[in-house]
Amino acid sequence: MRDYFTFLFRVWRLSFQGSWKFYAWMTLLSVVSLIGLNAWAHQIVDGLQTTGMTNQVSWGAYIANFTFLVGVAAAAVMLVIPAYIYKKEHMHEVVLFGELLAIAVIVMCLLFVTVDLGHPERFHHMIPPFGVFNFPGSILSWDVIVLNGYLLLNLHIAGYLLYCRYRHREPTRMFYIPFVFLSIAWAVSIHTVTAFLYVGLAGRSYWHNPLVPSRFLASAFVAGPALMILTFQIVRKVTHYFIGDKPIFTLRMIMTVAMIINMFLLGCELFTEFYSPTQHAAAAHYLYFGLHGHSGLVPWIWTAIALNTIGLGLLISPFSRRIVGLNLACGTCFIGIWTEKGMGLIIPGFVPSPLGQVVEYLPTVNETLVCLGIWSFGALLFSWMLHVAIPIMNGSLRENPEFATSQD
Amino acid sequence: MNHDPQDTVSPRTIEQVYKPIDRRTFLKGSAVAMVGVAGLMAALKPLLALESGETTLDDLLQKHYRELKPEDLKKIMAALEAKTEKQYGVRPTIRDLKPIPGVEFGYALNLTRCIGCRKCAHACLKENNQSRDDAQDIEMSYIRVLEMNKGAINLETSSVYYDPETVPQKGKYYMPAQCHQCRQSPCTKVCPVQATWQEPDGVVVVDYNWCIGCRYCMAACPYDARRFNYKKPSLTKDQINPNQSYLSNRIRPKGVVEKCTFCLHRTRDGKYPACLEVCPTGARVFGNLLDPDSEINYILNNKRVYVLKEEVGTLPRFYYFFDK
Repeated sequence: MRDYFTFLFRVWRLSFQGSWKFYAWMTLLSVVSLIGLNAWAHQIVDGLQTTGMTNQVSWGAYIANFTFLVGVAAAAVMLVIPAYIYKKEHMHEVVLFGELLAIAVIVMCLLFVTVDLGHPERFHHMIPPFGVFNFPGSILSWDVIVLNGYLLLNLHIAGYLLYCRYRHREPTRMFYIPFVFLSIAWAVSIHTVTAFLYVGLAGRSYWHNPLVPSRFLASAFVAGPALMILTFQIVRKVTHYFIGDKPIFTLRMIMTVAMIINMFLLGCELFTEFYSPTQHAAAAHYLYFGLHGHSGLVPWIWTAIALNTIGLGLLISPFSRRIVGLNLACGTCFIGIWTEKGMGLIIPGFVPSPLGQVVEYLPTVNETLVCLGIWSFGALLFSWMLHVAIPIMNGSLRENPEFATSQD
Repeated sequence: MNHDPQDTVSPRTIEQVYKPIDRRTFLKGSAVAMVGVAGLMAALKPLLALESGETTLDDLLQKHYRELKPEDLKKIMAALEAKTEKQYGVRPTIRDLKPIPGVEFGYALNLTRCIGCRKCAHACLKENNQSRDDAQDIEMSYIRVLEMNKGAINLETSSVYYDPETVPQKGKYYMPAQCHQCRQSPCTKVCPVQATWQEPDGVVVVDYNWCIGCRYCMAACPYDARRFNYKKPSLTKDQINPNQSYLSNRIRPKGVVEKCTFCLHRTRDGKYPACLEVCPTGARVFGNLLDPDSEINYILNNKRVYVLKEEVGTLPRFYYFFDK
């Protein structure tokens, strides 16, 4: 136990050791997080009128970001599967970073849901015995379980492996392998359950569509690896941790396949919506072409489609075999999927309203600041975890300093 | 890119980690911590504007309506009365009316008679203490009256913002929509905390003191029947109806969902809903579905009845019908 406290103390000390660049980066993220916190405080006082949401469009940017990020968290499984099931040695160099990313992103998801609540101080109403948990009736209660479960699984696996490295001993397989396999199924479940939140609503024909969960997974397995590829390059540039090109190109292959499936499913969706002009296609009409003179999302979705098409083009062409090209592909895919899957999925579910009204939605400045704050906080959390994990991973931080490897 | 990887954590900084904290580091750390705390306080400063007593410890510890003992509920309702008086200058009477055994409410609306005057939507506001900014603001009313084009029942081409000199307009007919008090209610199914449920008389209610404001029920509702309090309700003293009940028309706090309750504070007291009383054409019929001799049962058995969005499978207790 004492050893563990020494470990925590050293981790804490390590958190504040760094170059001026590290300090500048962390300060910047802290400041933006605090600006977001400040915007949320305004929202608590004045109510959700500080957002652009209305009775007709009752979910907006918060839930859009939440949905997208659940996918990014689930995508950690794309490192775990090659590493543990296909025993790809090179993936073991990076699998921990995927788990740390999942932790940071799940925290962001939970924050996005919290800021969306009208009464966040009543969250204990969900926790028995203080509250009433509507399980298994409400899919939202399923989501609470799977998201928190996934957070705990990843905290355990990453924490345990790191601590073993620090103690310079082999991890006991029994203590983590079963959890790793559980986390694979669990990762799929978080995104499927999140899709079911929408798919389960028979009154919203745009969402009441069995393709949604498959598309969620396919697009998640593009956006998640895209972010990881970019992160890995930052890690190998600014730290003493070696990441070869192999894991990066394994991820590129995964991204390419997932993006092809995603675009194929998009095509299926578009065909179904537009070949026979039913009333159920009204939301898709609003999204892609505008409805009754309202076309707020039209430039938005075509930007997404353009980015995703360019991203796919880059991925399947030899251009992305070079790192520069791959980075460009990752950037376009990540932004493209964020655009399409967030606002492009959530808002048309509400437009037109079930009674046929077209009310458009635009996030306010305050709402945008809250979103930026949460993104920034997520980046802060992830940067901190990497900052602490890497010296343990590369052997420069050890329980007994004599066993530490010098990184000169 | 030429890069010095020693930027972040160098062996020298790792050395530091093993050593005990010296005086210099301690002072530096304290200074940083002070700046951090100051930043945090500054970020949270807007919270000082929260009205005192808006959320009390009692509120946080309150149980779900259906688990409350009668004496606890009494205390809570007294506290709510005092809070309303403090905030709005009117002391209401808040009651807790229970469902009447042997009663299941049903509502039918005659589309042949409705002229689209929207008196029902306005009466709803007056009765149920919804927020409004001016006399024309009926956004929070539980009733939306749709102006429909004759020749079809097409919601897609309807309008709720119609504003002609007189109604009805040529070529149009009117369809008021409100909560359908569904038997298979999607809204109650999705609520993660069971803050909304069906009462034995069929009315779907919300415990405003339990709702966490996630708005999942609004996404689930196929009839756009739910409203959210994006702000503290704006109501002047003379707009407030002091005859209130816990599960229906008491003034809602901000951040919770509200909806039509068939005016349960009236209907469980032997009166008609406010929207029915005000209707100038007698288009609205309300009654007990369990009473075979009720007018509502006569209509359901003898008229041409239409259920809105029957395909969604909600089995509403609200029906439309036609005379001829």
